[in-house]
Amino acid sequence: MQNKYNLEGPQGTKPRKRLSGTNIMLYGTLLVVAFYYLLPLYVMVTTSLKGMPEIRAGNIFDLPVDITFEPWVKAWSTACTGLNCDGLSRGFWNSVSILVPSVALSIAIASVNGYALANWKFKGSEVFFTILIFGAFIPYQVMLYPIVILLREVGLMGSLWGLVVVHTIFGMPILTLLFRNYFTSLPDELFKAARVDGAGFWGIYFQVMLPMSLPIFVVAMIIQVTGIWNDFLFGVIYTKPDIYPMTVQLNNIVNSVQGVKEYNVNMAATLLTGLVPLIIYFASGKLFVRGIAAGAVKG
Amino acid sequence: MADAKRPNQLLRNLNAKVAAIPMVATALVVFVGCTIWTIVHSFTKSKLLPKTDFVGLDQYERLWKTNKWLISIENLAIYGICSLVLSICIGFFLATLLDQKIRFENTIRTIILYPFALSFVVTGLTWQWILNPDFGVQKIVRSLGWESFAFDPLYNQDIVIYGILIAAIWQGSGLIMVIMLAGLRGIDQEIWKAARVDGIPKWKTYIFIVIPMMRPVFVTALVLITAGIVKVYDLVVAQTNGGPGIASEVPAKYVIESMFKNQNLGQAFAASTMMLVTVLIILVPYAYLEYGGKRRAK
Repeated sequence: MQNKYNLEGPQGTKPRKRLSGTNIMLYGTLLVVAFYYLLPLYVMVTTSLKGMPEIRAGNIFDLPVDITFEPWVKAWSTACTGLNCDGLSRGFWNSVSILVPSVALSIAIASVNGYALANWKFKGSEVFFTILIFGAFIPYQVMLYPIVILLREVGLMGSLWGLVVVHTIFGMPILTLLFRNYFTSLPDELFKAARVDGAGFWGIYFQVMLPMSLPIFVVAMIIQVTGIWNDFLFGVIYTKPDIYPMTVQLNNIVNSVQGVKEYNVNMAATLLTGLVPLIIYFASGKLFVRGIAAGAVKG
Repeated sequence: MADAKRPNQLLRNLNAKVAAIPMVATALVVFVGCTIWTIVHSFTKSKLLPKTDFVGLDQYERLWKTNKWLISIENLAIYGICSLVLSICIGFFLATLLDQKIRFENTIRTIILYPFALSFVVTGLTWQWILNPDFGVQKIVRSLGWESFAFDPLYNQDIVIYGILIAAIWQGSGLIMVIMLAGLRGIDQEIWKAARVDGIPKWKTYIFIVIPMMRPVFVTALVLITAGIVKVYDLVVAQTNGGPGIASEVPAKYVIESMFKNQNLGQAFAASTMMLVTVLIILVPYAYLEYGGKRRAK
């Protein structure tokens, strides 16, 4: 490629003026697009910083006049969900305690799966993998009830660990695919050299593969943290009200029919719930894109 | 299962087999086992508890006579077709915009993709607020002087599904854009040069040359969107909870309510089997294309 460019010499179209008609249209369109995508975030933030009288008087696009952080405090510590009034903090800590074991367990299992599929193929391993990938397309509703029965059988129904198992199961297809593709892309010589040196299945995994695959673990973590944090369906079905994750509690707070609607508190609560994935998204940048691309590209 | 004559065969790779137990269990017990269990029980008259009194297709007959289910299916069809067309068009359009060697590409991509990081619950609640007729868009247009302006999709039975659609497009189009952009970047630059030499306008190059070349990308996008459409649940629960009345019900919600609220398991199983059938209708041709294509190409 490099050589070809050198041979061709100067190339490309004549440099355009910076403010040509096409460019104005292009950047104009992009501006409108960016505006549409940012609008809801702007509305959330401004609404959550206004007092209720100001919301009733003005419109949702106005900037707040008297900035108040009271809605945030209220959403976090005193907003009511039917029975208890200790705010979203409860849901936040529930979500954290669901998140940590779910992410750890699902990534541990899926990385070993992917490693076995990439380097230690056995009879039938590809068949199971294909089933796993197709399983990702089965609507969850089809499997919800049998899983309730299975969890009840092992005594995990309604408990935090039951939900952890469910998240591990449903995160497995995408994560296994991710790890399998990554380990397959590593040079084969590496694996063979370790074999010659007498390392076994676990030895190679822990001493050769793990240290080399930090980036893919980060990608997997991004996928799982956002996915599990944003989950609503499994949380509402497989847990009990006192360990509901944040999304479920948020929905209960905002859509509760009792009392006067406090839109500023609702928006503060919504933002609080969205904050974790948003921070991960903005902090991870390209890795997030890589994570969703991994889901899109079939192995 | 154990092959006594050749114990080596089974013992070789033993560690890998042990390590793969969770995967095998998930594939066989959950994905295959649970699915079959549900399909089998959709032919029974299970109510509060799953039973095995088979009643043939009774549950399905009843399902297709239930108004709520028919509305759910209609909503899913409208929502599905619109979000498929819109996501693909908007996603591709945005990708071509970003592909024009623009400045601030990263910033704009970050802005378009950030809603995808948010949950459906957050998306639904946010748009519920923006579309609130007393405070949101409707009020603003009215306060600008257009007193009779009406835009209250979440309180109007006829258009409520479009209110949900707006939120869904906002949340999901960034993903499609990223996939399309990756596809565009995979197009050989020589194609562009050749088209320019032949004097083909840019838009024509996109429509007649680039899009046909990106067929696999479009198929991937199609499958991803479809799988998402059938699953749509939390968005509706958060934004309208099926209302006003039952105007924005969707199949996934019908299943879960039959299952855990109305204690009508048979109906839930029949409805979820119908959802599975819908997915299969999309997935089987895709699998055929994918694997048939591979065999031809390589």
